[in-house]
Order: sequence, then structure tokens, then C-alpha cells
Amino acid sequence: MALEQVLRAQDYATEVHNDWCPGCGDFGILRTIQMALAELKLDPYRVAMVSGIGCSAKTVHYIKTYGVHTLHGRVLPVAQGIKLANPNLEVVAVGGDGDGMGIGGAHFVNAGRRNLDMLYILHDNGVYGLTKGQAAPTLKLGVQTKSLAHPNINDAINPIWLALAAGATWVGRGYSYDVKHLKDLIVQGIRHKGYAFLDVLQPCPTYNDINTKEWYGGEDRAEQNGGRALPRVYKLEAANYDPVVHDPTEIEDKAKLALEKALEWGDRIPIGVFYNNEHVPDMGERIRQRIPTYYERTPAEQRFAGPHGEPLTDIRKLLARLTIPPSA
Amino acid sequence: MTTKAHRVNDLSWMIGGPQGSGVDSSANTFARACAHAGLNVFGKREYYSNIKGEHSYFTVRASSGTVRSHIDDVHVLATFDAETAFRHIREVVDDGAIIYDPSLAKTKVSDVPTIEHRLQGELKTYLIARGVGETLDDMLTTAKQRGVTLIPLPYNGLLEQIADEFKVDALSKIARMVNMLAVGASLGTIGLGFDFTVQALNDVFRGRTSTVNMNASGARKAYEIGKSLAPDFGYRLEEIPRREPRLFLSGSQAGALGKLYGGLRVQTYYPITPASDESEYLESNEVLDLDGHGAPEIEDSTFVKEKGASVLVVQTEDEIAAITMAIGAALTGARAATATSGPGFCLMMEGIGYASINEVPVVITLYQRAGPSTGMPTRHEQGDLRFALHAGHGDSPRILLASGDFEEMIRDGLLSFNYAERYQMPVIHMVDKALANNSATIAPPDLSDLRIDRGRMVLDGNGYSPEHPYHRFELGDDPVSPRAVIGQHGTLFWNTGDEHDETGHITEDPVLRDLMMEKREAKLQLAAKEIPDSVKFHYFGVKDAETVIVSWGSTKGPILDALDGLLAEKESVGFLQLRLLNPFPSDAVMTYLAKAKRRIDIEMNFSAQLGGLIRERTGVDMTHLVVKYNGRPMSNTELHDAVKAIIHGKVPHRTVLTHGA
Repeated sequence: MALEQVLRAQDYATEVHNDWCPGCGDFGILRTIQMALAELKLDPYRVAMVSGIGCSAKTVHYIKTYGVHTLHGRVLPVAQGIKLANPNLEVVAVGGDGDGMGIGGAHFVNAGRRNLDMLYILHDNGVYGLTKGQAAPTLKLGVQTKSLAHPNINDAINPIWLALAAGATWVGRGYSYDVKHLKDLIVQGIRHKGYAFLDVLQPCPTYNDINTKEWYGGEDRAEQNGGRALPRVYKLEAANYDPVVHDPTEIEDKAKLALEKALEWGDRIPIGVFYNNEHVPDMGERIRQRIPTYYERTPAEQRFAGPHGEPLTDIRKLLARLTIPPSA
Repeated sequence: MTTKAHRVNDLSWMIGGPQGSGVDSSANTFARACAHAGLNVFGKREYYSNIKGEHSYFTVRASSGTVRSHIDDVHVLATFDAETAFRHIREVVDDGAIIYDPSLAKTKVSDVPTIEHRLQGELKTYLIARGVGETLDDMLTTAKQRGVTLIPLPYNGLLEQIADEFKVDALSKIARMVNMLAVGASLGTIGLGFDFTVQALNDVFRGRTSTVNMNASGARKAYEIGKSLAPDFGYRLEEIPRREPRLFLSGSQAGALGKLYGGLRVQTYYPITPASDESEYLESNEVLDLDGHGAPEIEDSTFVKEKGASVLVVQTEDEIAAITMAIGAALTGARAATATSGPGFCLMMEGIGYASINEVPVVITLYQRAGPSTGMPTRHEQGDLRFALHAGHGDSPRILLASGDFEEMIRDGLLSFNYAERYQMPVIHMVDKALANNSATIAPPDLSDLRIDRGRMVLDGNGYSPEHPYHRFELGDDPVSPRAVIGQHGTLFWNTGDEHDETGHITEDPVLRDLMMEKREAKLQLAAKEIPDSVKFHYFGVKDAETVIVSWGSTKGPILDALDGLLAEKESVGFLQLRLLNPFPSDAVMTYLAKAKRRIDIEMNFSAQLGGLIRERTGVDMTHLVVKYNGRPMSNTELHDAVKAIIHGKVPHRTVLTHGA
């Protein structure tokens, strides 16, 4: 799938007019996806970018690969349909927090059970932007962003916990304003053999006036830090955190560690890889156990018609089992 | 004993019992025994939405002629519990027979908790009116007074003999064999050679010799009892030599076979009655063979020789995922489908709209059942015509194709994919509970005329370049744009649920919007023009008949059987079976229906949905409606009688059929 020719990040950009608000965290995610595709030398024709609905969903229109902008909450089943039918494609799904944790919640948990070899990037900004700022499932209880009539009456889902509970085998979190770090996470997520989930903290400059770039960057805490901003986000790898399940006997301990880390919020917000387990067979491998030719003869690429449209699927054996032989 | 004129090879048999007690396999054995004897059989299965304990029953018609439906009369009723006898004994004809367990004689109607209160009341009233008590014995007495032959079968004694013979330590281990005893007694009563029972048992318990032997031994004992207690029973089955093989299959299997033959490679589903059987059959047969049709250039090709073919069946978290996952698969070029029933179809609407606006070829096999809401999950209805036609918001073109029998189910499986790809839109293949759960012998269908048509596809090495870029939704003279698939070189495209431009990017431009709406609609017009009449409809019976019946779907079987009777009675009747329901075959309606003196719409729903649609699309009004909505399929008998009454001016505009337990 890797290309001979050198493509730069901008070669993965379309000419479609980008209508995100100035300063939107989506720009960082878009840019890092393009950088990651370039770094991995992925052939644009062998990549499917799939999205749900909302601001984040427009991402696929700005990327020069196959792009499928789906329905609200349905990014994962469409993405999985593409990957299952052609397991040799690279599939990257992107969606908002409302899309993935709210209307698409059932798909989120069931994607974990399948462990298909793909990456899902969650644009996590706590609000429904395109419908003008309602509370999303990742907004904390009691927080009142500027469009809300009252403080948020629901508590927040913890996407890292939910992804781990559902069975994602690679779970990470990035920050849309730390472009290089986020790009590295996307590269790792795509390379991971299995279902990778990447939560991306992404300020919405228009509707989330609480979790802003300045807030993540800790500009309000400069006084504690001798006048310099004291960022809230910190990198797990810099804190000597080892997310890797080196041996299947470590699964339980590493999962506990990840769950514990994922509870941190407020003054210390970890970003990086929380959990990385390559000891669970991905769904493609599980299918191959039953259908040995799955990767060589993918459902997408099988031939089932002859040169003149003759149906080639041989149902004679099946018919034979249903046949009553002549009685005389 | 008086000598009667025997009625040979035209039998209606019923067996019933609690769900989970093996009624299905016993009916399967009975039907197969008849089929091995060369008879044609038609089986109908009725069951509650329940795992164990509620009443289920199976009727089998066996005949030397064609049988496509059940009749109201039961000639032999095989029971091993009291409930079946209570529920169905009144359906047994006066010269029929009932096989029963004499040890249950003292059971009262009110002892059977699974009989609904309404029916308990009805049965008690029936018994009181005849001056008897409310035990099974009393019920049998009323039957005997009508002339029904009673065949007491000592189930426990027979089980003890079998346990002894086969060294079984506990009777409970072979309790399920009562089914096969009932089958044996039935076949002894009607005098069909016992060898056919053994053949049938071999089919049903494939490869399990000891099970076959034990069941055969039990069935033989019961067979002899049936034979000795009713030596001159009026309904007989006799062997008919048949030189040609026949198929014996269910509608669920027919549906799956058609899809496989048509190139299905990804099927998604969420469990739902009565659609899941199809997906389970597919999953059981996921590794496929290929056949080169004897053409050396195909036979010798690697892709045929290496037999690398398969169908991937995916059980999803819900029906929203089922349709959207199938859409994802279709975008890669796989022939992809899902199968569901009404409640699941409700969840698929957003996906259907998406497939329509993005021109994705996806097939939805819709096994209708009684609605609304959960309705009666295991019971039959054709209540989703209007729903399937309009499901979703906005104007979203789709094709609706309705099968009326097993052969059509097979053919339509392939045709649905062809139309989905040729017209690049969702195809809803309309079938139903009756079709799914019926089983029958049919002649092996000749499918040699069927060809796979993938429509306008962009092939590899297509010549597209940055200077001459590919546009997925190219606007041109042909409303069908060349279709590329994800993964193909040179043909990037985008999809969105938003209105889009030619490349697939979002647009709200009013001019482009008009062009795209008109393009999508024009594909439907093209389909109306291209799809041949032989697919759109069938017409049976008298040409230019005074009375023309119109219907769709599984009513075809009982209508054709009723039509045979009406034609034999010299009635001027025809039957227009509509198959393509969208785009609507208005011309056929005008040609075959408009001029008829009596126009009878027959449908398995409350509101006569097809009748309304015909009026909407053609202005033609129905003079009569025959509808049914009690969840039980129409019978040959009730359709014959209803149409006859209409012809002779004895009934008003609307007839409601109500038969069925």
C-alpha cells in the first residue's frame, strides 16, 4: 500500500473551501491526519476517510483520499463495512463527541468488540457545534458553556474508559494544538493491528468558552508559574508511563493502569497512549480462521460473474442437499 | 364397517404441540415421506413468539397435483397433547381422523393455561351447546358423533417398549419421540408405505444412524396401530413414480440461494423473526464454490479453480448498523445486502435515504410480519408496502420488487442486485413471514436465463487523470453515472448525506440541487422503461376476464390454487400478480385490470395498500377488497369462497377473511 513517490501533507489536501470557524481545533486534527498519511506514505486511492455528522465530519471533504461523510452517529458501521468488505484498505474514521458517544453510542461499544484493524479519531470539544453549542456527552456535570441556558444537568462520559470497556486494543488521547504529538499518535493508531481509538481534546472557540485553548494551555495559572503559562495537558510518555501490554499476563494490570490514568482531569490532563495491546486477534484474523481466502479474495474484489454475466457462484451443492431424488 | 370411496392423494394433515417439542422436525419428516413417495407437498408453520411451551402447529398438504397453499379442512389431525386437540379438532372434517393420547382424556379445557381466555370461553360454549362436559374425552365424543375416526395412541406404552428395546434408562430421554410416533400413526392411517418414513428419517437425522433406527422402530409400532385402528380410512396416500428430482425447501432458504447466486458477498443482519433464518443459512454456508459453466476460458481461470469465494455474514449491534455497514461494503464494490422485518426496517430508514442520495447499490430483503410496532412477531402480514415505498424523509428513489413464491424469491435475489447496481439505488426485496416459513416441493427452477448485470462501472485502467478527473455523480445524458469503488486507482470520490456536487462534495446551490434531484428521479424512469414486463407482473387465467383479481407477494399461492377451482367451475376470472411495485407498472394495470367488470384487490393487510396505490397511480378503483389481518395466511378455501361470493353478488365492497388458529 505504501507509495514509491513522495507525497507531502499538502498533497492530501483537496481544494474544497474550508468553512470551519477561525481558530477551530478541527484544523489541527485535519493537518495532522494529512501529515500522518504522508509520513506513512499511504496511497490515497487505498485510503478511506469516513466521518459522521457535524463540523468534524467535514474533515473528509478536505482530504484527498476516498471520503465518506455518513450520517449522524453512523461513522463506525459504515467504516467497518468498508474495512470488512475490503480488509486491504486503510480506514480512518473521524467523528464528534456527540456523534460517537451520544447518537452513535451503540456503535462505539460494538466496534470495540470487533477489534477491526482501523483508527477512530474522536473530536472531543464538549459541545454540538454545528447546531449551535448544546452540551455534548463529554461535557462535565455542572459546566455551563456559553449557549447553555443552565449548567449541564448530565454528567460526562469518559471516552477512554468507555473505549477500554468496549475492548479497543489501542487507546490514546491527543491535543489538537500539539500538532507533532498528535501526528505521532495518529501514525501509531493507524499502524496498530486492531481497533485504535484516539480521543482528541479540541477547543471549540465559538461555543465552548470553558475548555479553551488558553485553559488547556494553562494561561490562567501563570501566576503560580512565575508568569509563564502552566499547561494542563502533559505527556504520558514524559511521565514514564508504559501503556504496552508486553505479555498477555499483563492485560489486567495495564488495563487498570489505563483506567486510573484516565481519571485524571482538571489541573493535570494526560495525553499520549493509555493502552496498547496487540495480543487480541483483530476481526480480520478471526474471519480468516473461518474463511481462509479472506485477504486474498476479499468480498469487495471477488469475481462472481463470467464474461457474459454468467453467475459463477455454484449453488449446486446447496441445492443437492435440498433435493428429493426421483422416486422411480 | 362400510366400504367408502377413498379420496386418494389429496390430503391436508396437521400436527401440533408445545413449542420446543419437535413439531417442526415431525412435520418435516411427514412432508419428506410424502415427497419421497412422489407427492407434491406444501407445509405451513404457525408458532407463538415463545421458546418453549406455547402452542405451535404445522399443516402439510400432500397431493398428486400442484399445491401452493393450505386449505381450511384438516383430514388427519395428529396430537400428543390436549391443547392441540382442543384447538384444532373442529377443523377436522367429518370423515377425518384424530390421533390422540388416551391418557389425557380427563384433561379439561380450563386445565390448559396456554389456551387464551377468549378461546377457552368459545370452546366451553361449544361443548355446553352439545350437552357434554369440558374434558378432552368430551371434545373427542363430539367429534366422533360427527363421524371423525378416533385413533388413541398409547404414547407412554410405546415409549416404554422403545426404551426397553434400545436400552434407554429414562423415558424422559426419548420423550420427544412422541412426535415421530404421531407421524408413524398418521402414515399408517393413510396407508403410505412405511419405507418412505425411513427415507424421511434419514434426511432429518442425517448421519445419526442410532437416532434414525430408534425413531424408525417407534414410528413403525405407531404405524401399525394407525393401520389397524383405521383400516378403511377415507383419505389415502399412494406412491406416484417420479422420474425427475424435485427440491424441498423453505422460503428462507430460497431467499438465501437467490442472493448467493446473484453474487452476494456481504450480508449484515440483526436478529429478528422471521428474517434471521436467511442470514443463519448464509452463515452456515459462507465458503462458496465457483462454477465455470463448462466454458474453458472460465473453467481454467485461477479465480474459478482456486475456489476463493465466500460470503461474509456479520451480525451487527442493531439494524441501523446493519444497513449502514452494508452500504459501506457496497461502496467497495461488494454485492451487499441486509435482511430484516418491519421493526428492524423502521431503523433502516436513514440508511435507505443515504443510499438513495449517494446512489449506493444495496439490497434490503424485507420479511414482513404483523405490525404495527412489535405486533405479532411470528405471524404473517403484508403490511409494509406503503412503508417500504415511502420509508425516509424527502424524495428518495428506490426499487421495490415483491416475490410471490420460492422460485421468484430465488430469481429476485439475483435481480435485486442487478437493479441496485444498474440503477444505483437501494432495492427493497419484499417477502414475508408466510414465504419465509412455508416449505414445499418445487421443480428445480431453470435459472439458465439469468445473467449478472453490474451496470455502469468504471473499470481499472479507466483513463481518468488530474486533467480529466473522475466525477462520481457526473451529470450527462445518462442519469446513471459511471460508478467507481473505494480502493480503485484514479477515481477518488466523496459521499455525503448532504446534497452534493458532481464530485460528491456538499452543495446547497439551487441549480445543482435541481439537477441532482432530477438525475436521481430519472433513474427510476429509466428502470420503468427497461425492466421487462416478464419481471413487472404476471397474468394468469382467462384473458379479458369479467373478474380480475390483483394482488402481490405470497398471496399468489392461495390465489392460484383458488383460481384453478374457479376456472374449473367455468368462472371468467383472471389474476394480475404485480411484482415490480416501484417504479409502478401502471401500464399492466390499465391493460389487464381497468376494463374488468369486477376488480378485486386481495391483500394481507387492513387498509388494502395496493388497492390504494393502484388508484393513486392509475385512477383505477377496486370494485371489491378482500383483506385479512389476523396474522394467519390466506387459505385456498377462503379465497375461493370469497371470490365466488363476489362474482355472484352476495357480498359488499369489503370482505375480511378470518380463518386460522
